Amino acid sequence: MAFSEHWSSDVFREMKARNIRTVCTIPDGGLTQLLNMVKADPAHRLVTLTTEEEGIGIATGCWLGGERAMIAMQSSGVGNCINALGLPAAFRAPCLMLVTMRGQWGEFNPWQVPMGQGTRPALEAMGVRCFPVDKAAEVGETFAAAADLAFHGRLSAAVLISQRVIGAKGFGQK
Amino acid sequence: MSTNGTSTSGSNKIQRRPFVAELLKRRGNTLVVPGLGSPTWDTFASGDSPEYLYSWGGMGLAVPTALGIALAQPSRRVLALTGDGEMLMGIGSLAVVADQNPQNLAILVLDNEHFGETGRQSGLTGNKVDLTAVARGFGIERTIVVTEQGKVGELAEFLFQGQGPALAVAKIALSEDPWRLPEKDGGIIAHRFRVALGVERA
Repeated sequence: MAFSEHWSSDVFREMKARNIRTVCTIPDGGLTQLLNMVKADPAHRLVTLTTEEEGIGIATGCWLGGERAMIAMQSSGVGNCINALGLPAAFRAPCLMLVTMRGQWGEFNPWQVPMGQGTRPALEAMGVRCFPVDKAAEVGETFAAAADLAFHGRLSAAVLISQRVIGAKGFGQK
Repeated sequence: MSTNGTSTSGSNKIQRRPFVAELLKRRGNTLVVPGLGSPTWDTFASGDSPEYLYSWGGMGLAVPTALGIALAQPSRRVLALTGDGEMLMGIGSLAVVADQNPQNLAILVLDNEHFGETGRQSGLTGNKVDLTAVARGFGIERTIVVTEQGKVGELAEFLFQGQGPALAVAKIALSEDPWRLPEKDGGIIAHRFRVALGVERA
């Protein structure tokens, strides 16, 4: 894959190629560039949530209505989605999640660690196929692979972008 | 009855089954997204349609699901038909509805002030919680409270004809109605719904 300025551009390109119009989100620092691209493009729709599980319902509704959507969140938000993930599974609807990880690589904040450690097991317990990626150059192709599995297979898939890609928030401390 | 003092459920008179049936007779081609439990039984009891997206789970998600459909299908009206318990579990979704401002989405809360499906335990809307005030606070400007069976025509007009997101509360009796169980295979429910919308092949 060709080098590009930021992995967000790769993800956005793969989104456009697949007509993934809507992004439901509780933002994370690592998602800023992607969310700004979505917001700035009139062909796309940004849906700001109060809790991530709403995004599972909205994205499922979009698909029921004939459109593609995804949910973008920080790993802590995955915990809010657990029961909701039963909805796309029951409808045999696709569910595509883009998750920026906290609580792993160089985490400063111990409050982030339990859910960070639990993110992948929790998703897999709910039948979500996980696509971890820890190199910025591989985010775009990983996202594309997960999206194709989700929308063609009508399955739930999550791209887990390592904190190694995002960078740990250090609060100015060493 | 609620145990917290000033429950109004004793004075709730609307009978949900005939009320929902009368309402849905007037829906035109509105898509209906009933929440899990009684709203789904009420909807199926009124007659079956591929435009009814029955639910057997995912408490709190009737409004988000209906919002997604409304965004994807702007030319179709969508009704989220839920109960007081589910509405409160997903209450934040009203902020998302107000923010997205879909002109084609209406929400009806069948409010019996109890968790009817699980044994009629008292809920939170019989005393202090005012769902229409909450909705207006989130920015949903069109709200109405209905307390009489005879107001179904007025309610239908409010839900199926007005512009902008709307939320209605119908104060219904705590009744015991027989289960009316529709298809529960979500794959089949989704398939026939999408075929009816023309977004999937039969």
